[in-house]
Amino acid sequence: MTEAYEALTRRAAARWDQLHARPWVRVGTGLMGEAVGALEVLSAVREAVERAGVEATVSEVGTTGLCYAEPIVDVHVPDGPRVRYGNVRPEQVETIVQRHVIGGEPVTEFALASVDSNVPGVPRFEQLPMMQGQVRVALRNAGEIDPLDVDQYVARGGFSGLDKALSSLTPQETLDEVKNSGLRGRGGAAFPTGVKWGFLAGNPAPQKYILCNCEEGDPGAFNDKTILESDPFTLVEGCIIAGYATGASNGIVFIRHGHDSPIDRTRAAIRACYDNGVLGTSVLGTDFAFDMEVSLVGESYVAGEETALMEAIEGKRSMPRFRPPFPAAYGVWGRPSNINNIKTLSYAPEIVRRGAGWFSDIGTEKSTGTAIACLSGDIRYPGLVEVPFGLTVRDVIEGMGGGEPSGKALKFLQTGGPLGGVLPAEQFDMVLDFDEMVAAGAMFGSGGLIVCNEERSVVDLTRTLVAFDQMESCGKCFPCRLGMSHILEILERIADGKGRSGDMDLMERVGVNMRGGSLCGHGQLGYNPVSSAVRFFGGEFEAQFEDGAPSLGTFVGPKSTRRGAQMSGDTPTASVKPDFVMHIESVVPAAAGTTE
Amino acid sequence: MTTTPRPHGGSASPGSLRERARRAIEEQPSTTVTVLSSLLAAQDELGYLPYEAVDEVSLCTGSSVNEVWAVASFYPNFRFTAPARHLVEVCWGPTCHVLGAQPILQGLVSHLGLDGEGDTEDGSISLKYNTCLGVCPHAPAMSFDHELAGHMSLDEAVTRVEGIRAADMERES
Repeated sequence: MTEAYEALTRRAAARWDQLHARPWVRVGTGLMGEAVGALEVLSAVREAVERAGVEATVSEVGTTGLCYAEPIVDVHVPDGPRVRYGNVRPEQVETIVQRHVIGGEPVTEFALASVDSNVPGVPRFEQLPMMQGQVRVALRNAGEIDPLDVDQYVARGGFSGLDKALSSLTPQETLDEVKNSGLRGRGGAAFPTGVKWGFLAGNPAPQKYILCNCEEGDPGAFNDKTILESDPFTLVEGCIIAGYATGASNGIVFIRHGHDSPIDRTRAAIRACYDNGVLGTSVLGTDFAFDMEVSLVGESYVAGEETALMEAIEGKRSMPRFRPPFPAAYGVWGRPSNINNIKTLSYAPEIVRRGAGWFSDIGTEKSTGTAIACLSGDIRYPGLVEVPFGLTVRDVIEGMGGGEPSGKALKFLQTGGPLGGVLPAEQFDMVLDFDEMVAAGAMFGSGGLIVCNEERSVVDLTRTLVAFDQMESCGKCFPCRLGMSHILEILERIADGKGRSGDMDLMERVGVNMRGGSLCGHGQLGYNPVSSAVRFFGGEFEAQFEDGAPSLGTFVGPKSTRRGAQMSGDTPTASVKPDFVMHIESVVPAAAGTTE
Repeated sequence: MTTTPRPHGGSASPGSLRERARRAIEEQPSTTVTVLSSLLAAQDELGYLPYEAVDEVSLCTGSSVNEVWAVASFYPNFRFTAPARHLVEVCWGPTCHVLGAQPILQGLVSHLGLDGEGDTEDGSISLKYNTCLGVCPHAPAMSFDHELAGHMSLDEAVTRVEGIRAADMERES
């Protein structure tokens, strides 16, 4: 153990004892909580504690993943039971503070679950339907610790993986540990992480980059933001371990500009690591140096693609580059780089700490470890679950998710993000596994599972997904830029009951050409949502061609593609142009064809 | 940490547009300063990118105005005219779509007298469609001046929009 780490653990243990020596109230205030009033609950807690004049700690934590029960207030009292209260309203707070924080007796009628203790009439947290069967590795601290308190992270075993690597493993041994764990990239492509790190490790350049992708553009996925908000230190530690294993000098965490809280918390975590000697010229007092910073990107889905991401970090338009050269040879600023998804990196600390064998024992043979699934849509318990690979989709949807809330039949699942596909209910016995899902025409992707009941139209949902894909095409490759617009136009008329004969074949032809003629996955997979929907629910498309087929309702999306080409007749709206561009146009002759 | 929602029209710090843009660009928290990071900083400060901001980014980063504009015009979160006083976002991501985003979106567009995304005539509301607000478990989701709201309905959305307008009127009188 390094001396620096030993000092950290000593301080953390003292602080942990201190925290538990008096009442401790934790309020989940991530985005998930905020959307249902957690900030009001937090101020109510602060006021009630102050009014009562009681010595108690009030902390903001991330989300436990049980989003259906937000806002969650977690009360610990010394020598008493610890209880989580769910769906807390500000007016309930006074009672909770008076009876539990001060009186030491849990308010059983508001309780969601007890933690590490038994309270009559209240289920234990791990026995809640949504928690049964979960194995928490990347989410081990989510909702447990204050994401800004480095001591709390260390007290729960934080940085021990990094310390082990630095004090007893060589970079090669650290890399082997990750390779042997069978960890595969969690961003969607499922490439073996150890192999990917090996590409970078083999490059002798002095300055190399570990890029962490937290772009999370997938609508329906919210696991990246949750990790950033709930436990940013895990990501920082994973990033440093990757740096050590590959000999990299810099880490860049790449986050979409928008919500402040994931960005602020990550920046604060990086600052705290510098202050505590975990980042900088001497990581934990060793001669390994590593620097990290946060880079923000504007709204762009394609920015999640690895070469487009590097362009965005350099401050340019996020458009993919040609490969080769691959990032491990020529990456950001022309330096060797390695891009990993935040979920992938978040596993690294525990893999190094507990060993490759521990990780590879979880999950299936080819998909080791856990999957972080985001449940939303027609489901009783929407939220975030971390489950070992090898469970079936049904276990997750009907077991943990509680199935359809209103008793209707489930029809299908949309997985793999906007370029992914659908999985019909008949196939819910499919095992969660990267390869099996791909073979079945679905993708696990980044983990978004959107559950749809029998009343939902596949054609309608496909139209939305394609509208997204079309809007997000970066415009670099014309098959994608024009193809997505074309497919959307056809889908819109099909949904409107005005499909023309040959439309289905036309879409397929366009889709096949996009696959072959696009630089990145956006164009290559752009036809996926349609092909998958047609494969399982072709009848619904056919029904739209029958005489008198109903319109599926108007769909309002963004007015036009904002960066791709406009379809015929569409001209960019004047309002999106700044004045000075209008001025330039007035002195430049109009485009060819309109001049006399 | 609790973050105070930033006012949509940018901060109320003093100085001309150009001075405020320059200060925002110079005071960025990241060590690596690029055209994109500078544009984001300027827009956060001003609420939009006037010509002065584009020009300042070009001067501070040593890029041509064309290069800066190339980046600014690519990302849809940049806007080039002063925004309305408040930003209302409606999520149209697939989960929100399945759980009823379209009626909210279409209802709100017509309630505000718009024909899509845009600013209301009275300058009170900028309506924006968001591809995913990231709180799918609480779909349909919206955000009001960057504050998230889940489980929305058209009625609730209209009530909140009118609440924002009424609060403005009260402040003015």
